[in-house]
Amino acid sequence: MAETNEITSPKQAAVERWEQETLGPVLKKRPESKARFETVSLDEVNRLYTPADTADIDFERDISFPGEFPYTRGIHPTGYRGKLWTMRQFAGFGTPEETNARFKYLMEQGQTGLSVAYDLPALMGYDADSVLSEGEVGKCGVAVSSLADMEVLFDGIPLEQVTVSQTINAPASVLLAMYLVVAEKQGADFRKISGTLQNDILKEYIAQKEWIYPIRPAMKLVIDTFEFCTQHVPKYNPISVSGYHIREAGATAMQELAFTLRDGIEYVEWGVRAGLDVDVFVPRISFFFNAHNDFFEEIAKYRAARRIWSRVMRERFGSRDPRTLQLRFHTQTAGVSLTVQQPLNNIVRVAIQALAGVLGGTQSLHTDAFDEALALPTDRAALIALRTQQIIAEETGVANTVDPLGGSYFVEALTKKMEDGALDYFEKIDAMGGMAEAIEKGFPQREIQESAYQYQKAVERGEQSIVGVNKYQMTEEPSGMPTLVINEAVRERQIERLQRTRDRRDNGAVANALEKLKQAASAGDNTMPATIEAVRAYATLGEICDALRDVYGLYEEPAF
Amino acid sequence: MNERKIRVLVAKPGLDGHDRGAKVIARALRDAGMEVIYTGLRQTPEMIAAAALQEDVDAVGVSILSGAHNTLCPRIVQLLRERGMDDCLVLVGGIVPQEDIPKLKAQGVAEIFLPGTSTEDIVTFLRQNIRPRA
Repeated sequence: MAETNEITSPKQAAVERWEQETLGPVLKKRPESKARFETVSLDEVNRLYTPADTADIDFERDISFPGEFPYTRGIHPTGYRGKLWTMRQFAGFGTPEETNARFKYLMEQGQTGLSVAYDLPALMGYDADSVLSEGEVGKCGVAVSSLADMEVLFDGIPLEQVTVSQTINAPASVLLAMYLVVAEKQGADFRKISGTLQNDILKEYIAQKEWIYPIRPAMKLVIDTFEFCTQHVPKYNPISVSGYHIREAGATAMQELAFTLRDGIEYVEWGVRAGLDVDVFVPRISFFFNAHNDFFEEIAKYRAARRIWSRVMRERFGSRDPRTLQLRFHTQTAGVSLTVQQPLNNIVRVAIQALAGVLGGTQSLHTDAFDEALALPTDRAALIALRTQQIIAEETGVANTVDPLGGSYFVEALTKKMEDGALDYFEKIDAMGGMAEAIEKGFPQREIQESAYQYQKAVERGEQSIVGVNKYQMTEEPSGMPTLVINEAVRERQIERLQRTRDRRDNGAVANALEKLKQAASAGDNTMPATIEAVRAYATLGEICDALRDVYGLYEEPAF
Repeated sequence: MNERKIRVLVAKPGLDGHDRGAKVIARALRDAGMEVIYTGLRQTPEMIAAAALQEDVDAVGVSILSGAHNTLCPRIVQLLRERGMDDCLVLVGGIVPQEDIPKLKAQGVAEIFLPGTSTEDIVTFLRQNIRPRA
């Protein structure tokens, strides 16, 4: 920045003196290794950060104390000294029996929460016997087509005591209903059930692209779950607003931050328009971020996320309730950063990414397994991933103090930069009429695609290094390792159970329940009670989604 | 005389929506001077073969990350051959375990590109393996 001598601050003057007296001679003798140093988001990083870079950051206003507005340093005054983050490994593959066994294995090894990965047919609202499910059943997650599958999945797992996160979006209300009916059959009290439903449909249109219905009815389904949960399952998080997939699709850290928080604002606006009280439903909105390779950029992103959210909730929605102002989030390490080449190196990447999540103050964490660029994890790989978190928690000492990087010139300057960049995006999206409109215009999608392409080019030019891929390659790699193989018979077994379920149930009751659901959807009533009734009657996921497809229609992606 | 540009269909079969790779490849091939048609998401093997025939492409690039490759890829190859597209190369990109690679090649897949592949390698492969047409 060009500045005249008159307005050069003493802090800036000190930097200039150092540059002239100490830096200059060294640079003359030995120039730096490259002209531009940048983060994995291709954002430029300066040589040195000093008080001059944090001159416009005010401690009281911008950083403050943990547990106090604007929560930059975390939402708990004691950080992890009171309670560690929840170690929540995402798992799901094959049949419900196989995944149930993996869940129990992980819990025996000290995992503290569960997280269900569903297969693609479930994510898209198809039963295992649909033609479209061929080749996909149980591959990317566990196969679930009806309550009968869900009963097996959670067999012997007390849902009143264990918190379960479910990664499901377009058909989220149906899986929530199945979960609640299983809990009911276990004799659990809905008011004691805690856990999280991903249920973030906006990021599906933006990034992960597992949608069913058009945006507006899909948003209505999300709001139905908010309304239902605030009334009947008050400790449950009905949404996890997710930047993870946005980042994996190629977004920069700043884009991940901006689009995720703007999605969060969109959900709050829709909830308010539906007549919900901000301080009743917003405290149960949770977030989900990526932990990528660039250590400090990630930490700044999490700190900025908390600051932005608390300010937006206060300024835009007028809340004064700390529970509304506090952003709680889950973190997962970056699947996209894992390499096929020299796969054991991924253990190191995951450890460093996980550390960033912890230093950023995450509430829960999933660490990827080192074999995930090849297949779903084996037991052994999943165990090392969990042990990575346990080593960070128990051996490194990073959980001993709250926000240890607070006050770092670099981290504070980067946190501010993240915040400013996100606010610029908010302005653009607001000018388009909101996130739903921006998505319809293809705006976030195009921004992400562009970043993904620029990153790929930077890797190919060698400006971004990936060990084992464009640096330190080995022509002869250490010999292969075992990967998890999904039995091709999973689909047949699932179809058998589906057939048995259809034979045993009262088909008249199913038809009635589905008709009621269609009526509720057409009338704009809350669809949750009718969905629960259909689930209780053992209507399948595909049947329930078909009923809603009849009413709502299908989303078609605009060309861009 | 103008040489015919290489024509490639970039396809996403199956239910998976992760299209980052497909879109990056489509753009890289276009930047390399090829004509690229992107099918969009959730195409059946039949839809992909029909599009390949209609667009008269030299190669079909199939992006799969869901583990459904063993079911979907052989069928795409077979449908292309049934439609007389004997020279049309089928390339696969995505998450494919090592032990599946020989099987897929035996079933007629020309090459499998795993994560970390440079787009330039794919461009080079296409240029070297597509037979020039009049």
